[in-house]
Amino acid sequence: MTSILCPEIPKPGFSFDNCQRNATLESKGFAVPKATKTGTTIVGIIYKDGVILGADTRATEDTTVADKNCEKIHFLAPNMYCCGAGTAADTEMTTQMISSKLELHRLFTNRVVRVCTANQMLKQYLFGYQGYIGAALILGGVDSTGPHLYSIYPHGSTDKLPYTTMGSGSLAAMAIFESRWKPDLTEEEGIQLIRDAIAAGIFNDLGSGSNVDVCVIRKGSVDYKRTYDEANKKGVRQASYRYPRGTTKVLDTKVFTVEETVHQLETESMDTA
Amino acid sequence: MSILGYNGGAMVAMKGDKCVSIAADKRFGIQAQTITCDFKKVFDMGPRLYVGLPGLATDVQTVMEKLRFRKNLYELKENRTMTPEVFGAMLSSMLYEKRFGPFFVEPVIAGLHPTTHEPFICNMDLIGCINQPDDFVVGGTASAQLYGMCEALWEPNLGPEDLFETTAQALINAFDRDAISGWGATVYIIEKDKVTVRDIKTRMD
Repeated sequence: MTSILCPEIPKPGFSFDNCQRNATLESKGFAVPKATKTGTTIVGIIYKDGVILGADTRATEDTTVADKNCEKIHFLAPNMYCCGAGTAADTEMTTQMISSKLELHRLFTNRVVRVCTANQMLKQYLFGYQGYIGAALILGGVDSTGPHLYSIYPHGSTDKLPYTTMGSGSLAAMAIFESRWKPDLTEEEGIQLIRDAIAAGIFNDLGSGSNVDVCVIRKGSVDYKRTYDEANKKGVRQASYRYPRGTTKVLDTKVFTVEETVHQLETESMDTA
Repeated sequence: MSILGYNGGAMVAMKGDKCVSIAADKRFGIQAQTITCDFKKVFDMGPRLYVGLPGLATDVQTVMEKLRFRKNLYELKENRTMTPEVFGAMLSSMLYEKRFGPFFVEPVIAGLHPTTHEPFICNMDLIGCINQPDDFVVGGTASAQLYGMCEALWEPNLGPEDLFETTAQALINAFDRDAISGWGATVYIIEKDKVTVRDIKTRMD
Protein backbone atom coordinates (compact mmCIF):
# COMPACT_ATOMS: atom_id res chain seq x y z
CA MET A 1 0.00 0.00 0.00
CA THR A 2 1.46 3.30 -1.02
CA SER A 3 0.19 6.71 -0.10
CA ILE A 4 1.56 10.21 0.23
CA LEU A 5 2.27 9.65 3.90
CA CYS A 6 3.86 6.27 3.35
CA PRO A 7 5.49 6.43 -0.07
CA GLU A 8 6.92 3.34 -1.68
CA ILE A 9 10.71 3.33 -1.38
CA PRO A 10 11.93 4.07 -4.89
CA LYS A 11 14.14 1.48 -6.54
CA PRO A 12 17.80 2.46 -6.68
CA GLY A 13 19.60 2.82 -9.99
CA PHE A 14 18.39 3.89 -13.40
CA SER A 15 14.72 4.07 -14.34
CA PHE A 16 13.68 2.75 -17.71
CA ASP A 17 10.07 4.02 -17.49
CA ASN A 18 10.25 6.24 -20.57
CA CYS A 19 12.21 3.84 -22.78
CA GLN A 20 9.28 2.28 -24.60
CA ARG A 21 7.66 5.64 -25.28
CA ASN A 22 10.95 7.12 -26.45
CA ALA A 23 11.63 4.14 -28.73
CA THR A 24 8.17 4.60 -30.28
CA LEU A 25 8.85 8.29 -30.87
CA GLU A 26 12.18 7.41 -32.42
CA SER A 27 10.57 4.87 -34.74
CA LYS A 28 8.24 7.64 -35.94
CA GLY A 29 11.26 9.63 -37.09
CA PHE A 30 11.86 11.98 -34.17
CA ALA A 31 15.56 11.86 -33.48
CA VAL A 32 16.69 11.52 -29.86
CA PRO A 33 18.33 14.83 -28.85
CA LYS A 34 22.05 14.98 -28.24
CA ALA A 35 23.26 15.35 -24.65
CA THR A 36 26.04 17.76 -23.72
CA LYS A 37 29.43 16.32 -24.54
CA THR A 38 32.74 17.49 -23.31
CA GLY A 39 34.76 17.12 -26.50
CA THR A 40 37.70 17.57 -24.30
CA THR A 41 41.42 17.71 -23.79
CA ILE A 42 42.32 16.13 -20.44
CA VAL A 43 45.84 15.13 -19.42
CA GLY A 44 47.81 13.80 -16.49
CA ILE A 45 51.48 13.21 -15.65
CA ILE A 46 53.53 11.78 -12.83
CA TYR A 47 56.30 14.12 -11.68
CA LYS A 48 58.94 14.02 -8.95
CA ASP A 49 56.62 14.48 -5.92
CA GLY A 50 53.23 13.33 -7.18
CA VAL A 51 50.68 13.73 -9.94
CA ILE A 52 49.51 16.73 -12.00
CA LEU A 53 46.17 16.72 -13.82
CA GLY A 54 45.06 19.23 -16.44
CA ALA A 55 41.89 20.03 -18.39
CA ASP A 56 40.37 22.58 -20.73
CA THR A 57 37.00 24.15 -19.86
CA ARG A 58 34.74 23.87 -22.93
CA ALA A 59 31.52 21.85 -23.04
CA THR A 60 29.75 21.41 -26.38
CA GLU A 61 26.28 20.46 -27.53
CA ASP A 62 26.84 19.32 -31.13
CA THR A 63 28.78 22.29 -32.53
CA THR A 64 27.42 24.86 -30.04
CA VAL A 65 29.60 25.84 -27.10
CA ALA A 66 27.24 25.08 -24.20
CA ASP A 67 29.58 26.07 -21.37
CA LYS A 68 32.66 28.24 -21.75
CA ASN A 69 34.09 27.61 -18.31
CA CYS A 70 33.05 24.20 -17.00
CA GLU A 71 34.92 22.19 -14.39
CA LYS A 72 36.31 18.92 -15.70
CA ILE A 73 38.65 18.01 -12.84
CA HIS A 74 36.35 16.31 -10.34
CA PHE A 75 37.00 15.68 -6.66
CA LEU A 76 37.08 12.00 -5.70
CA ALA A 77 38.82 11.97 -2.33
CA PRO A 78 41.19 14.36 -0.52
CA ASN A 79 44.14 12.52 -2.13
CA MET A 80 42.52 11.81 -5.48
CA TYR A 81 41.07 13.76 -8.39
CA CYS A 82 39.62 12.63 -11.70
CA CYS A 83 39.40 14.35 -15.11
CA GLY A 84 36.37 13.49 -17.22
CA ALA A 85 35.78 13.45 -20.99
CA GLY A 86 32.78 12.23 -22.95
CA THR A 87 29.12 12.69 -22.02
CA ALA A 88 29.19 15.51 -19.46
CA ALA A 89 26.38 14.18 -17.24
CA ASP A 90 27.99 10.71 -17.15
CA THR A 91 31.42 11.95 -16.05
CA GLU A 92 29.86 14.25 -13.44
CA MET A 93 27.48 11.68 -11.94
CA THR A 94 29.92 8.74 -12.10
CA THR A 95 32.64 10.66 -10.25
CA GLN A 96 30.13 11.94 -7.67
CA MET A 97 28.91 8.42 -6.97
CA ILE A 98 32.40 6.90 -6.76
CA SER A 99 33.46 9.81 -4.53
CA SER A 100 30.76 8.99 -2.00
CA LYS A 101 31.59 5.27 -2.18
CA LEU A 102 35.25 6.07 -1.51
CA GLU A 103 34.33 8.13 1.54
CA LEU A 104 32.26 5.24 2.92
CA HIS A 105 35.18 2.90 2.18
CA ARG A 106 37.56 5.23 4.04
CA LEU A 107 35.27 5.31 7.08
CA PHE A 108 34.87 1.54 7.00
CA THR A 109 38.58 0.72 6.68
CA ASN A 110 39.88 3.77 8.60
CA ARG A 111 42.66 4.23 6.05
CA VAL A 112 43.43 6.72 3.29
CA VAL A 113 41.85 5.10 0.24
CA ARG A 114 44.30 3.84 -2.35
CA VAL A 115 44.14 4.99 -5.95
CA CYS A 116 43.93 1.40 -7.23
CA THR A 117 40.70 1.00 -5.23
CA ALA A 118 39.10 3.94 -7.00
CA ASN A 119 40.33 2.59 -10.32
CA GLN A 120 38.80 -0.82 -9.63
CA MET A 121 35.47 0.72 -8.55
CA LEU A 122 35.30 2.90 -11.66
CA LYS A 123 36.20 0.15 -14.14
CA GLN A 124 33.77 -2.34 -12.62
CA TYR A 125 30.97 0.23 -12.71
CA LEU A 126 31.67 1.23 -16.32
CA PHE A 127 32.17 -2.38 -17.50
CA GLY A 128 28.78 -3.25 -15.99
CA TYR A 129 27.15 -0.76 -18.35
CA GLN A 130 29.10 -2.09 -21.36
CA GLY A 131 30.17 1.35 -22.60
CA TYR A 132 26.69 2.89 -22.54
CA ILE A 133 27.87 5.24 -19.80
CA GLY A 134 30.10 7.42 -21.93
CA ALA A 135 32.72 8.42 -19.39
CA ALA A 136 36.41 8.51 -20.33
CA LEU A 137 38.44 9.34 -17.26
CA ILE A 138 41.95 10.15 -16.11
CA LEU A 139 42.35 9.22 -12.48
CA GLY A 140 45.29 10.58 -10.49
CA GLY A 141 46.24 10.47 -6.86
CA VAL A 142 48.87 9.84 -4.22
CA ASP A 143 48.56 7.19 -1.51
CA SER A 144 50.78 5.15 0.81
CA THR A 145 52.29 3.39 -2.21
CA GLY A 146 53.21 6.59 -4.07
CA PRO A 147 51.77 8.52 -7.01
CA HIS A 148 49.47 6.73 -9.47
CA LEU A 149 47.91 7.71 -12.78
CA TYR A 150 45.26 5.69 -14.61
CA SER A 151 43.27 6.26 -17.77
CA ILE A 152 39.86 4.60 -17.77
CA TYR A 153 37.86 3.99 -20.95
CA PRO A 154 34.03 3.94 -21.21
CA HIS A 155 33.97 0.16 -21.72
CA GLY A 156 35.89 -0.45 -18.51
CA SER A 157 39.44 -1.07 -19.61
CA THR A 158 42.20 0.80 -17.81
CA ASP A 159 45.85 1.72 -18.35
CA LYS A 160 48.39 2.62 -15.68
CA LEU A 161 50.80 5.10 -17.20
CA PRO A 162 53.37 7.76 -16.26
CA TYR A 163 51.75 10.28 -18.64
CA THR A 164 48.44 10.12 -20.47
CA THR A 165 45.90 12.15 -22.45
CA MET A 166 42.22 11.66 -23.32
CA GLY A 167 39.34 13.26 -25.18
CA SER A 168 39.14 14.70 -28.68
CA GLY A 169 42.27 16.79 -28.08
CA SER A 170 44.29 13.82 -26.84
CA LEU A 171 46.41 13.59 -29.99
CA ALA A 172 47.46 17.24 -29.83
CA ALA A 173 48.27 16.94 -26.12
CA MET A 174 50.13 13.63 -26.50
CA ALA A 175 52.34 15.19 -29.17
CA ILE A 176 53.59 17.62 -26.52
CA PHE A 177 54.10 14.85 -23.94
CA GLU A 178 55.92 12.53 -26.35
CA SER A 179 58.42 15.23 -27.18
CA ARG A 180 58.95 16.68 -23.69
CA TRP A 181 57.94 14.33 -20.87
CA LYS A 182 60.76 12.75 -18.87
CA PRO A 183 60.88 11.05 -15.47
CA ASP A 184 61.35 13.14 -12.30
CA LEU A 185 60.23 16.52 -13.64
CA THR A 186 60.12 19.34 -11.08
CA GLU A 187 56.75 20.87 -10.15
CA GLU A 188 57.31 24.02 -12.26
CA GLU A 189 58.41 21.98 -15.27
CA GLY A 190 55.45 19.65 -14.79
CA ILE A 191 52.86 22.43 -14.59
CA GLN A 192 54.36 24.14 -17.65
CA LEU A 193 54.24 20.85 -19.58
CA ILE A 194 50.59 20.33 -18.60
CA ARG A 195 49.70 23.90 -19.60
CA ASP A 196 51.37 23.48 -22.99
CA ALA A 197 49.64 20.14 -23.60
CA ILE A 198 46.18 21.57 -22.77
CA ALA A 199 46.94 24.70 -24.81
CA ALA A 200 47.79 22.42 -27.76
CA GLY A 201 44.33 20.87 -27.39
CA ILE A 202 42.60 24.24 -26.97
CA PHE A 203 44.16 25.73 -30.10
CA ASN A 204 44.23 22.68 -32.38
CA ASP A 205 41.08 20.78 -31.43
CA LEU A 206 37.67 22.39 -32.01
CA GLY A 207 36.05 20.36 -29.23
CA SER A 208 38.36 21.93 -26.64
CA GLY A 209 38.67 25.57 -25.69
CA SER A 210 38.66 28.44 -23.18
CA ASN A 211 40.89 28.10 -20.12
CA VAL A 212 43.42 25.74 -18.55
CA ASP A 213 42.62 24.11 -15.21
CA VAL A 214 45.49 22.43 -13.32
CA CYS A 215 45.44 20.22 -10.24
CA VAL A 216 48.67 19.28 -8.45
CA ILE A 217 48.44 16.33 -6.05
CA ARG A 218 51.40 15.78 -3.73
CA LYS A 219 51.68 13.48 -0.75
CA GLY A 220 49.49 15.10 1.91
CA SER A 221 48.52 18.23 -0.06
CA VAL A 222 46.54 19.27 -3.11
CA ASP A 223 46.78 22.47 -5.12
CA TYR A 224 43.72 22.92 -7.34
CA LYS A 225 44.47 25.81 -9.71
CA ARG A 226 41.08 26.65 -11.28
CA THR A 227 41.67 28.85 -14.37
CA TYR A 228 45.46 28.49 -14.12
CA ASP A 229 45.75 30.12 -17.52
CA GLU A 230 43.06 32.12 -19.26
CA ALA A 231 44.13 31.10 -22.74
CA ASN A 232 41.31 32.97 -24.48
CA LYS A 233 40.17 36.36 -23.25
CA LYS A 234 36.95 37.87 -24.60
CA GLY A 235 37.59 41.18 -26.34
CA VAL A 236 36.59 44.27 -24.39
CA ARG A 237 33.42 45.79 -25.83
CA GLN A 238 34.08 49.34 -27.02
CA ALA A 239 30.45 50.48 -26.75
CA SER A 240 27.30 49.39 -24.93
CA TYR A 241 24.49 47.70 -26.86
CA ARG A 242 22.10 48.34 -23.99
CA TYR A 243 18.50 49.00 -25.06
CA PRO A 244 17.03 52.19 -23.57
CA ARG A 245 14.28 51.69 -21.00
CA GLY A 246 10.84 51.58 -22.60
CA THR A 247 11.98 49.84 -25.81
CA THR A 248 9.84 46.78 -25.12
CA LYS A 249 6.10 47.29 -25.24
CA VAL A 250 4.54 45.82 -22.10
CA LEU A 251 0.97 44.52 -22.38
CA ASP A 252 0.36 43.55 -18.80
CA THR A 253 2.31 43.89 -15.54
CA LYS A 254 1.73 41.94 -12.36
CA VAL A 255 3.74 42.54 -9.22
CA PHE A 256 3.94 39.92 -6.49
CA THR A 257 5.42 41.17 -3.25
CA VAL A 258 7.55 38.67 -1.39
CA GLU A 259 7.26 38.96 2.34
CA GLU A 260 10.38 38.66 4.37
CA THR A 261 10.04 35.63 6.61
CA VAL A 262 11.56 36.11 10.03
CA HIS A 263 12.30 33.03 12.06
CA GLN A 264 12.27 33.55 15.80
CA LEU A 265 14.65 31.04 17.28
CA GLU A 266 13.77 30.19 20.84
CA THR A 267 16.65 28.94 22.91
CA GLU A 268 16.01 25.51 24.30
CA SER A 269 17.97 24.09 27.20
CA MET A 270 19.85 20.88 26.55
CA ASP A 271 18.15 17.68 27.62
CA THR A 272 20.39 16.31 30.34
CA ALA A 273 17.97 13.82 31.82
CA MET B 1 14.07 17.61 -36.30
CA SER B 2 14.60 16.26 -32.82
CA ILE B 3 11.70 15.57 -30.47
CA LEU B 4 12.73 18.61 -28.40
CA GLY B 5 11.45 20.73 -31.26
CA TYR B 6 8.04 19.05 -31.56
CA ASN B 7 6.18 21.77 -29.66
CA GLY B 8 8.68 24.64 -29.99
CA GLY B 9 9.68 27.14 -27.33
CA ALA B 10 12.46 29.52 -26.29
CA MET B 11 13.74 30.44 -22.88
CA VAL B 12 16.41 32.62 -21.29
CA ALA B 13 17.54 33.53 -17.77
CA MET B 14 20.00 36.29 -16.83
CA LYS B 15 21.83 37.45 -13.75
CA GLY B 16 21.63 41.09 -12.75
CA ASP B 17 22.64 43.21 -9.77
CA LYS B 18 20.77 41.67 -6.79
CA CYS B 19 18.13 40.37 -9.22
CA VAL B 20 17.59 37.66 -11.81
CA SER B 21 15.33 37.38 -14.82
CA ILE B 22 13.72 34.47 -16.58
CA ALA B 23 11.69 34.78 -19.76
CA ALA B 24 9.90 32.41 -22.11
CA ASP B 25 7.68 32.53 -25.16
CA LYS B 26 4.04 31.44 -24.92
CA ARG B 27 3.52 29.30 -28.02
CA PHE B 28 2.33 25.72 -27.87
CA GLY B 29 2.18 24.05 -31.25
CA ILE B 30 2.34 20.68 -32.89
CA GLN B 31 5.22 21.08 -35.29
CA ALA B 32 4.20 23.95 -37.62
CA GLN B 33 0.60 24.18 -36.40
CA THR B 34 0.02 26.62 -33.55
CA ILE B 35 -2.50 25.39 -30.98
CA THR B 36 -2.43 28.12 -28.36
CA CYS B 37 -0.61 31.34 -27.46
CA ASP B 38 -0.91 31.21 -23.66
CA PHE B 39 1.07 28.12 -22.78
CA LYS B 40 2.86 28.26 -19.44
CA LYS B 41 6.48 27.09 -19.44
CA VAL B 42 7.90 28.95 -16.43
CA PHE B 43 6.72 27.76 -13.02
CA ASP B 44 7.20 29.17 -9.56
CA MET B 45 8.76 26.71 -7.14
CA GLY B 46 8.97 29.11 -4.25
CA PRO B 47 8.62 32.84 -3.60
CA ARG B 48 11.94 33.63 -5.29
CA LEU B 49 12.56 30.45 -7.25
CA TYR B 50 11.44 29.81 -10.83
CA VAL B 51 12.03 26.94 -13.22
CA GLY B 52 11.54 27.05 -16.97
CA LEU B 53 11.05 23.82 -18.87
CA PRO B 54 11.42 24.08 -22.65
CA GLY B 55 10.94 20.89 -24.64
CA LEU B 56 8.24 18.32 -25.28
CA ALA B 57 5.02 19.76 -23.76
CA THR B 58 3.86 16.48 -22.20
CA ASP B 59 7.18 16.13 -20.39
CA VAL B 60 7.17 19.82 -19.41
CA GLN B 61 4.04 19.23 -17.37
CA THR B 62 5.05 15.81 -16.03
CA VAL B 63 8.45 17.04 -14.86
CA MET B 64 6.88 20.17 -13.33
CA GLU B 65 4.45 18.08 -11.29
CA LYS B 66 7.15 15.65 -10.14
CA LEU B 67 9.35 18.58 -9.14
CA ARG B 68 6.62 20.35 -7.24
CA PHE B 69 5.82 17.11 -5.38
CA ARG B 70 9.43 16.46 -4.41
CA LYS B 71 10.03 20.09 -3.46
CA ASN B 72 6.92 20.22 -1.25
CA LEU B 73 7.81 16.96 0.44
CA TYR B 74 11.34 18.24 1.13
CA GLU B 75 10.00 21.47 2.62
CA LEU B 76 7.56 19.58 4.84
CA LYS B 77 10.19 17.11 6.02
CA GLU B 78 12.96 19.64 6.56
CA ASN B 79 10.78 22.58 7.63
CA ARG B 80 12.80 25.07 5.57
CA THR B 81 12.61 26.50 2.06
CA MET B 82 14.61 24.89 -0.67
CA THR B 83 17.59 26.87 -1.96
CA PRO B 84 18.05 27.18 -5.74
CA GLU B 85 21.27 25.10 -5.53
CA VAL B 86 19.48 22.22 -3.82
CA PHE B 87 16.60 22.52 -6.26
CA GLY B 88 19.07 22.27 -9.15
CA ALA B 89 20.75 19.20 -7.66
CA MET B 90 17.34 17.57 -7.12
CA LEU B 91 16.27 18.21 -10.70
CA SER B 92 19.63 17.04 -12.02
CA SER B 93 19.49 13.70 -10.21
CA MET B 94 15.84 13.29 -11.20
CA LEU B 95 16.78 13.67 -14.87
CA TYR B 96 19.90 11.51 -14.62
CA GLU B 97 17.87 8.68 -13.10
CA LYS B 98 16.24 8.50 -16.53
CA ARG B 99 19.62 8.50 -18.30
CA PHE B 100 18.60 5.75 -20.74
CA GLY B 101 15.01 6.90 -21.31
CA PRO B 102 15.05 10.64 -20.72
CA PHE B 103 12.37 13.28 -20.36
CA PHE B 104 12.68 15.65 -23.32
CA VAL B 105 13.18 18.88 -21.40
CA GLU B 106 16.18 21.17 -21.04
CA PRO B 107 15.47 23.03 -17.79
CA VAL B 108 16.46 26.59 -16.91
CA ILE B 109 16.46 27.67 -13.24
CA ALA B 110 16.50 31.24 -11.94
CA GLY B 111 16.13 32.41 -8.37
CA LEU B 112 17.51 34.18 -5.36
CA HIS B 113 18.83 32.37 -2.30
CA PRO B 114 16.06 32.49 0.37
CA THR B 115 18.27 34.06 3.06
CA THR B 116 21.33 35.63 1.39
CA HIS B 117 19.38 36.74 -1.74
CA GLU B 118 22.38 35.73 -3.83
CA PRO B 119 21.36 35.51 -7.54
CA PHE B 120 21.40 32.02 -9.01
CA ILE B 121 20.93 30.79 -12.57
CA CYS B 122 21.64 27.46 -14.17
CA ASN B 123 20.51 25.24 -16.99
CA MET B 124 20.99 21.58 -17.78
CA ASP B 125 20.76 19.20 -20.69
CA LEU B 126 18.03 16.56 -20.87
CA ILE B 127 20.00 14.08 -18.75
CA GLY B 128 20.79 16.55 -16.00
CA CYS B 129 24.28 17.91 -16.64
CA ILE B 130 24.30 21.25 -14.79
CA ASN B 131 25.80 24.36 -16.37
CA GLN B 132 26.16 27.25 -13.96
CA PRO B 133 27.72 30.32 -15.57
CA ASP B 134 27.75 33.81 -14.08
CA ASP B 135 26.08 35.65 -16.94
CA PHE B 136 23.12 33.97 -18.69
CA VAL B 137 21.62 30.63 -19.67
CA VAL B 138 19.33 29.71 -22.58
CA GLY B 139 17.16 26.81 -23.68
CA GLY B 140 14.67 25.64 -26.30
CA THR B 141 14.55 25.64 -30.08
CA ALA B 142 15.90 29.20 -30.45
CA SER B 143 18.91 28.52 -28.20
CA ALA B 144 21.46 29.21 -30.94
CA GLN B 145 19.91 32.61 -31.68
CA LEU B 146 19.60 33.34 -27.96
CA TYR B 147 23.30 32.61 -27.38
CA GLY B 148 24.13 35.21 -30.02
CA MET B 149 21.75 37.84 -28.66
CA CYS B 150 22.82 37.35 -25.04
CA GLU B 151 26.56 37.41 -25.82
CA ALA B 152 26.03 40.83 -27.41
CA LEU B 153 23.49 42.37 -25.03
CA TRP B 154 24.36 41.06 -21.57
CA GLU B 155 26.56 43.18 -19.35
CA PRO B 156 27.36 42.79 -15.66
CA ASN B 157 25.44 44.50 -12.82
CA LEU B 158 22.25 45.41 -14.65
CA GLY B 159 19.51 46.75 -12.40
CA PRO B 160 15.98 45.27 -12.54
CA GLU B 161 14.70 47.80 -15.13
CA ASP B 162 17.65 47.39 -17.50
CA LEU B 163 17.70 43.64 -16.93
CA PHE B 164 14.06 43.47 -18.08
CA GLU B 165 14.84 45.43 -21.25
CA THR B 166 17.91 43.31 -22.02
CA THR B 167 16.17 39.99 -21.39
CA ALA B 168 13.05 40.94 -23.32
CA GLN B 169 14.95 42.21 -26.37
CA ALA B 170 17.31 39.21 -26.38
CA LEU B 171 14.32 36.86 -26.38
CA ILE B 172 12.19 38.77 -28.91
CA ASN B 173 14.98 39.19 -31.44
CA ALA B 174 16.06 35.56 -31.06
CA PHE B 175 12.67 33.93 -31.53
CA ASP B 176 11.74 36.21 -34.44
CA ARG B 177 14.27 34.08 -36.34
CA ASP B 178 12.75 30.83 -35.10
CA ALA B 179 9.56 29.66 -36.80
CA ILE B 180 8.31 27.44 -33.97
CA SER B 181 8.63 29.80 -31.02
CA GLY B 182 7.25 33.25 -30.24
CA TRP B 183 3.57 34.28 -30.22
CA GLY B 184 3.86 36.40 -27.09
CA ALA B 185 6.29 36.18 -24.20
CA THR B 186 6.45 36.61 -20.45
CA VAL B 187 9.38 38.10 -18.54
CA TYR B 188 9.85 37.50 -14.81
CA ILE B 189 12.12 39.85 -12.85
CA ILE B 190 12.92 38.37 -9.45
CA GLU B 191 14.07 40.75 -6.73
CA LYS B 192 14.53 40.44 -3.00
CA ASP B 193 11.15 41.97 -2.09
CA LYS B 194 9.07 41.45 -5.24
CA VAL B 195 8.60 39.53 -8.47
CA THR B 196 7.45 41.48 -11.51
CA VAL B 197 5.75 39.52 -14.29
CA ARG B 198 5.38 41.34 -17.59
CA ASP B 199 3.60 40.10 -20.70
CA ILE B 200 5.23 41.74 -23.67
CA LYS B 201 4.08 42.57 -27.18
CA THR B 202 5.68 40.51 -29.91
CA ARG B 203 5.10 39.53 -33.54
CA MET B 204 2.31 36.99 -33.91
CA ASP B 205 3.57 35.15 -37.01
